[in-house]
Amino acid sequence: MLEIKNLRATVGGQEILRGINLTIGAGEVHGIMGPNGSGKSTLAHVLSGRENYQVTDGAILYDGKNLLEMSPEERARDGIFLAFQYPVEIPGVSTTYFLKAALNAIRKHQGLEELDAMEFLALIKEKMKLVEMDQALLNRPLNEGFSGGEKKRNEILQMAVLDPKLAILDETDSGLDIDALRIVAGGVNALRQKDRAMIVITHYQRLLNYIVPDYIHVLYDGRIVKSGSKELALELEVKGYDWIKAEAAAAQ
Amino acid sequence: MVNSPGHQFLSAFERFQQKSVTTPEWLRDVRRAAIDSFVQLGLPTTRHEDWRYTSIEPITSTDFAVANGEAKLLRAEDLDGPSFIDPAYNRIVFVNGVFCPQFSSIRELPAGVQVKNLSAVLANDEANLRPLLTQDSASREQAFVALNTAFAAEGAFISIPKSLALGEPIHLVFCSFGSGNPIMSHPRNLIVCEAGSQAQIVESYIGLGDQPTLTNVVTEVVGGAGSVIDYYRLQNESSSGYLIAALEADISRDCSFTAHSVTLKGSLIRNDIHVVLDGEGAECVLNGLYLLDGKQHVDNHTEIEHAKPHTTSRELYKGILSGAAHAVFNGKILVHKDAQKTDARQTNKNLLLSEQAVVNTKPQLEIHADDVKCSHGSTIGQLDKDALFYLRSRGLDAAEAQSLLSYAFASDLVGRIRIAPLRARLDDYLLTKFRRSQG
Repeated sequence: MLEIKNLRATVGGQEILRGINLTIGAGEVHGIMGPNGSGKSTLAHVLSGRENYQVTDGAILYDGKNLLEMSPEERARDGIFLAFQYPVEIPGVSTTYFLKAALNAIRKHQGLEELDAMEFLALIKEKMKLVEMDQALLNRPLNEGFSGGEKKRNEILQMAVLDPKLAILDETDSGLDIDALRIVAGGVNALRQKDRAMIVITHYQRLLNYIVPDYIHVLYDGRIVKSGSKELALELEVKGYDWIKAEAAAAQ
Repeated sequence: MVNSPGHQFLSAFERFQQKSVTTPEWLRDVRRAAIDSFVQLGLPTTRHEDWRYTSIEPITSTDFAVANGEAKLLRAEDLDGPSFIDPAYNRIVFVNGVFCPQFSSIRELPAGVQVKNLSAVLANDEANLRPLLTQDSASREQAFVALNTAFAAEGAFISIPKSLALGEPIHLVFCSFGSGNPIMSHPRNLIVCEAGSQAQIVESYIGLGDQPTLTNVVTEVVGGAGSVIDYYRLQNESSSGYLIAALEADISRDCSFTAHSVTLKGSLIRNDIHVVLDGEGAECVLNGLYLLDGKQHVDNHTEIEHAKPHTTSRELYKGILSGAAHAVFNGKILVHKDAQKTDARQTNKNLLLSEQAVVNTKPQLEIHADDVKCSHGSTIGQLDKDALFYLRSRGLDAAEAQSLLSYAFASDLVGRIRIAPLRARLDDYLLTKFRRSQG
């Protein structure tokens, strides 16, 4: 589904990604861990098409298509979803209005009939249960005045409604207390299915207790320096990142 | 002034006076004095501080004539859409400044409520009207107000008696119809809300036809003690329409006055709003929204005078500019020496959607009291890049994302409109406008 080959990217002239190789198949959940500044969020932003991130080398194939030639909205319409680390507050636009517009843009692109207000309401009511979200929140301006947990739940709700093929969760656990984390992870787990791949980016192993990945990769200094099964996360929890850094230094 | 800018107004005035054979002598005198004062003041140029960013050259270089029966060419439905009118409400319609009973509809009104053409009142109420017509042009030193007084003949006269709460809004429609020669009109509106009364009044300024039109209007509002006035002015002129609009509001003790100004279209629009909070507990709210594109120019000058203690004002003006549009905002708050405990807040926010659009914004605080709360702030900015990306990452294309954010920027002001059908129509208008202009 997704094939990243020797990806190099710079931000503001500084090289952050220095040759990433990663292949993700349908239905797989990949955890990406790494110390701060290793390039995790940059990878998420490059995948979603954010401006200001310059890809200098390498390629990304998504379902056989050249992802780097696609605009952010084309990626979204083709099934890529990024759950933001810092969801943006948008005063004056309710979650309901925004999400209906987004869903219909995607459905239109996919040749499906657009949902009317009633159909959309029914859909969103069903999906809200996944993240135990209050309906009053949905009529409020998007993310404005939401708590950290509410914002992250709103991201997962959007993911549930937009039904992506590839979901990228960028530090979805940051700033969440254990109850909120459980709710968010529960929502994500409910959305795991065999034709949907997920990339779960996190600094802490904690999230991966709840969302158990099929593979774990350790990103350090812009490269994947170690890959393994879910046990790797536990090892990192116990030993920290220093041994990874030492290994990486020795390899150079 | 014979060959100087504005001479065309003088010759038009002489023709106008000659034709007004039935006009009472006192009114002819008032007009004559006003045109003298207009000559003395002279038309403003960009050398005047209050007109620094607004050149009226397009107006002074055009030879405008007064109306000449153009209304005959219009049908009632021509007016409905652009004026955002709700057919259910009472309305009084003027085309090029001339009252049009065929388009107006005044159904049964509660006892004592008057909604009529000013000319009917002018003919036989010198005692009350002479001071109202003369005080402003003299004290405000505004050439366009003087010019309006010189041509004062028609306009809306609304009077709400003591303690009466009017259930339905009254809609005033001023249509500028440029079908042949450039046409000017000088409507004079008078809205008197007696003590304890309550009213909602909507003024729509619309433009039809493709010839230049000039509407130079003066509206005076007298808010009696404890009255509640919800006043709207909707400006939707043609792309060759010029509008100079003055609003004078005199607000008494415990009166609450809210003015919503919505500017949607016009070539050159100047608004002068002057509110005097002239009694303890008086309060005014000024809401303004302007959406400009092309080469449109809008200049909003507001002045709130806190003349008495314990008076409150809230002002929020927001603008969205694209193309090579130009907006000016000048918000003055004047607090008199003994107006202690004044509470004034003013905000102007501008959203620029293009490189060529220009905004000049200036708050002006003049405070002579020492125990007051006054704040002001203004911003000029582009759409938030993070917000744009967020929307695009969910599947909205760049144009849709921009239109949704522009709509969102304006929506809190639309939300303040208390007349539900008007709010809904304006909401629809904004959604459509932003979709169309971006798509």
